Amino acid sequence: MVISNKPLRFIIATLVACLPLISFANPEKDSAKVKTEVAHQATEGAHAEPTDVKSKIKAFINHHLLDSHDFTFSVNEETGAHYGFSLPVILWDNGLQVFSSSKFHHGEEVAESNGNYYVLHHEKIYKTDAAGTLTEGEHGHPTNATPLDLSITKSVVGILGIAILMFVLFTSLAKSYAKNNGIASGAGRFFEPLVLYVRDEIAIPNIGEKGYKKYMSYLLTIFFFIFFLNILGLTPLGFNVTGNIAITASLALLTYLITTLTANKNYWGHIFWMPGVPTPMKFILAPIELLGTIIKPFSLMIRLYANILAGHVVLMSIIGLMFIFKSWIGSTLSFGLAFALSILEILVAFLQAYIFTMLSALYFGAGNEEHHHDEAH
Amino acid sequence: MEIPTIVGAGLIVIGAGLGIGRIGGSAMDAIARQPEASGKIQTAMLIAAALIEGIGFAALFAS
Repeated sequence: MVISNKPLRFIIATLVACLPLISFANPEKDSAKVKTEVAHQATEGAHAEPTDVKSKIKAFINHHLLDSHDFTFSVNEETGAHYGFSLPVILWDNGLQVFSSSKFHHGEEVAESNGNYYVLHHEKIYKTDAAGTLTEGEHGHPTNATPLDLSITKSVVGILGIAILMFVLFTSLAKSYAKNNGIASGAGRFFEPLVLYVRDEIAIPNIGEKGYKKYMSYLLTIFFFIFFLNILGLTPLGFNVTGNIAITASLALLTYLITTLTANKNYWGHIFWMPGVPTPMKFILAPIELLGTIIKPFSLMIRLYANILAGHVVLMSIIGLMFIFKSWIGSTLSFGLAFALSILEILVAFLQAYIFTMLSALYFGAGNEEHHHDEAH
Repeated sequence: MEIPTIVGAGLIVIGAGLGIGRIGGSAMDAIARQPEASGKIQTAMLIAAALIEGIGFAALFAS
């Protein structure tokens, strides 16, 4: 078993690293078809849809980075068929409006609900008249009214799926201790060291032996939440959840709220009236320190968002190079690069979850420092 | 003459790269001197690198 362990792990890592390639294996990227389409473009002339390979890849990546109102696995461009399923659209616009996103026909048609008309423009829902006219404002953004959008989008599906997975996984891990005389069984064998790692390497050194317990639930939750969502972003399902600034912003807001609400009086004392410095300096330091409390969660938000976004863009661009080069050397090279980068992305997925949890723990610890060392400042 | 913002972003990225390189190099040094403290050094290195990296990304998105 020990001999077969290493190749097995290597094969699994190889398979996981190859997964993003599948997301690009769409019929539209077939090189023979692309050629005919470029020929089409030459004859047809001006057309609204991007038809050459480069702008198509660009549009594909831009579309991937946005949240989506329907779940599309692949598109057949010849027939215009979308393979996937639609998700519920929930709007608050003079009462609750609930309908299926299939009514939009992927942004091509006007959806009607209780006498209101909506149109989907760049994955944003605008209220329109029956004809679906959008008034163009500055910078090309429509000036139509936008209803409050509470839809179950693709990202929400990802979050809910991961939440259910985490609930099932970790309740079964907790139960397996009682059943198995204090030894984890099944998938828990894999997750128990990670849980202990978060406790022994992240929580205790940063928060302290005394008060770390009340933060453990939050630290474990964000660690596994971010880790699973990062890994989910590498699967061919096309999720981009942690590369969405709204999600990282809410995670950072939670860290900020917990830091602020659980901080003791030493923490506030160090912000508003820094001990051990001359009095004029105290007035200068107070606004800087106060600003620092906001910059810390802000940098948490930007770091996770930018890392995952940059990873997705680079990985997809390198895979996209295959369809631009269309030669033996170029395709092989971009395949090798994409493979290496996918493995790197697995590391980044873990590292970002670790950094987010680590820094959160660091901020909680800073808000809970008890002992007072007067001459150290 | 107007200097495009992307030039500033590039300069910041150069600075961030130098900073992270220095952190990595110093951590290597420290681990070579004291292999038994590698765990602690790694943690401190990652935190410092993450803080600098945040600035680099902020510059990229500002451009």
